[in-house]
Amino acid sequence: MSGVLLSVEDALVELPTPRGNLRAVDHVDLTVDAGRTLGIVGESGCGKTMLSRAILQLLPKKARLSGRVMFDGQDLTRLSPEKLRKLRGRSLAVVFQDPMTSLNPVLTIGTQLIETIQEHLALDLAEARKRSVELLAAVGIPAPEQRLAQYPHQLSGGMRQRVAIAVALSCEPKLLIADEPTTALDVTIQAQILDLLAREQRRRHMAMIIITHDLGVVAGRTDEVAVMYAGRVVERAPTPALFKQMRMPYTEALLAALPKLDAAPHTPLPAISGRPPDPTRPLKGCSFAPRCRYAAGRCNTDKPVLSRAETAEHLYACFHPIETTASGRA
Amino acid sequence: MLLPSPDPLLKVDNLVVEYSVGGKTVHAVSGVSLEVERGETLGLVGESGCGKSTLGRAVLQLRRAESGKVLFDGHDLTAMQGEALRRMRQRVQLIFQDPIASLNPRRRIGDIVAEPLVIAGVKDPAERRQRVHDVLSAVGLDPTLVAGRLPHEFSGGQCQRVCIARALVLNPEFVVCDEPVSALDVSIRAQILNLLEEMKTRYGLTLLFIAHDLAVVKAVSDRVAVMYLGRLCEVGPSEQLFARPAHPYTALLIEAIPVPDPDMKPTESVPTGEPPSPIAPPSGCRFRTRCPRADTRCASEVPELHPLAPGQLVACHHPLI
Repeated sequence: MSGVLLSVEDALVELPTPRGNLRAVDHVDLTVDAGRTLGIVGESGCGKTMLSRAILQLLPKKARLSGRVMFDGQDLTRLSPEKLRKLRGRSLAVVFQDPMTSLNPVLTIGTQLIETIQEHLALDLAEARKRSVELLAAVGIPAPEQRLAQYPHQLSGGMRQRVAIAVALSCEPKLLIADEPTTALDVTIQAQILDLLAREQRRRHMAMIIITHDLGVVAGRTDEVAVMYAGRVVERAPTPALFKQMRMPYTEALLAALPKLDAAPHTPLPAISGRPPDPTRPLKGCSFAPRCRYAAGRCNTDKPVLSRAETAEHLYACFHPIETTASGRA
Repeated sequence: MLLPSPDPLLKVDNLVVEYSVGGKTVHAVSGVSLEVERGETLGLVGESGCGKSTLGRAVLQLRRAESGKVLFDGHDLTAMQGEALRRMRQRVQLIFQDPIASLNPRRRIGDIVAEPLVIAGVKDPAERRQRVHDVLSAVGLDPTLVAGRLPHEFSGGQCQRVCIARALVLNPEFVVCDEPVSALDVSIRAQILNLLEEMKTRYGLTLLFIAHDLAVVKAVSDRVAVMYLGRLCEVGPSEQLFARPAHPYTALLIEAIPVPDPDMKPTESVPTGEPPSPIAPPSGCRFRTRCPRADTRCASEVPELHPLAPGQLVACHHPLI
């Protein structure tokens, strides 16, 4: 039986800006069990990346974080920079949207892989090199031996992301955070990279957090989904339950706004009117209320808390959730 | 050539566009022919580097073609220069991907939208103000509130509305939309797609809609052309093309789209590799290096676009249907 690997408790991230305090993450609670996959979905500015940076303790210097980030029995917010450095790359790894964020342009692929492996594992150069070749092969890079001598700029975007994944996987992490890992890639390459992540996640029994703006990405590839809006988690459920019955109007609207492949051309899309609230001017009531077609009464005055629905695993923050009487989605 | 129409608004004939990079030739567009009917939206899809944006720019003569013709309403744009081309450009407009970068940050919204009128020689300031006012209202912005403000005061979605207003202020007939929604969030994307559809009806536009996202393309297009490494693979009516793709690359693109339904488990994608470099495209069919159906003929013989079903053309020696 797998236990809780990561638990984010009441995380709050604030950034000072000339316009006032920007509350990027607003009292978020999350857990990820060992070996499981959590999808965090939201639009730009919803706080999903700041949340992942809070977990990794990689927030901008000026940011203030409160709350706890319990990972593998330790509170990461209290760890010394030295201990954090040992942990990141070893048991906590990350893949960013742009692989060049994590790859050094002036070092060869081989140097970067071997360095990471030797930093964290007691392997000599020959062993580290052998492991690097195995990793590159595992992430689907042809001619891995030759690639060790190449620089990142000699590879395509998709190949670079494979290398970044190989670096992230090199020390068998317990948790991999993938922040929009395929957003910069083409659709056929996106499918390959998502398959690769899923395969390695199963093979290595690691836990994974996939951060994305695309409900399509989380649907087939996660165990649980958390939907974020304006810094808060507004709905969280096991993936099949969420897609079967969305309770929070924002989640439903987000799905409805996606163009459907099976819809006829020129079908008007049910767009969400307006835009997200200014994060430096928090609303008193529900952040989605100004755009929500179900909003009424206390939606504008009280903040709904994330609470249980009919099933223990399905949480939502809404005073007027979508009724469950209908048999699933329309 | 593609559809038997006597009078297409745009006819691109065997267009070739090449770039020189470090002494090497990039074969961006290699002999593309297509037609866009009056009042229709032709979607152009393909992955990055396939030449779709270059094609869009070559249509507008923002990039001159090496060879081939671009006939707009019967006039060959590739043969036009100077004043004649400038006059013709009032009838064809472009909307870019990055709405914020395509607006001058130091100019006010009202002036940005009025600029095409100034260039076109509309001298009367009152007329210019009126037309800017009308087009801003049409794209869903309040002219009295926005005209005096600067681009940074607006979100990406609103900036795209401004770009659309600027493209429409001269009442063009034809608009090339180059990835107009790919920089926008899902909830904003739907608003802009709906707006483009509305504007198309209101202004009687013909659109060339370039995007990498098939679902987005299908939502707005009457017909879709699929492009790969500088060549067209397949052209057909949207629904037909999605229901029965004939080219293996079209099928791969459709299969790769992540579907927001957990019951539709993603099929472990076939290892199909990556597109080769347009500097040294494969001989014969350019898709053959990633194609499960490729054989020796595909390496030696370039497949020509030929009709397969009503309105559907495919460039493949071994089509799926």
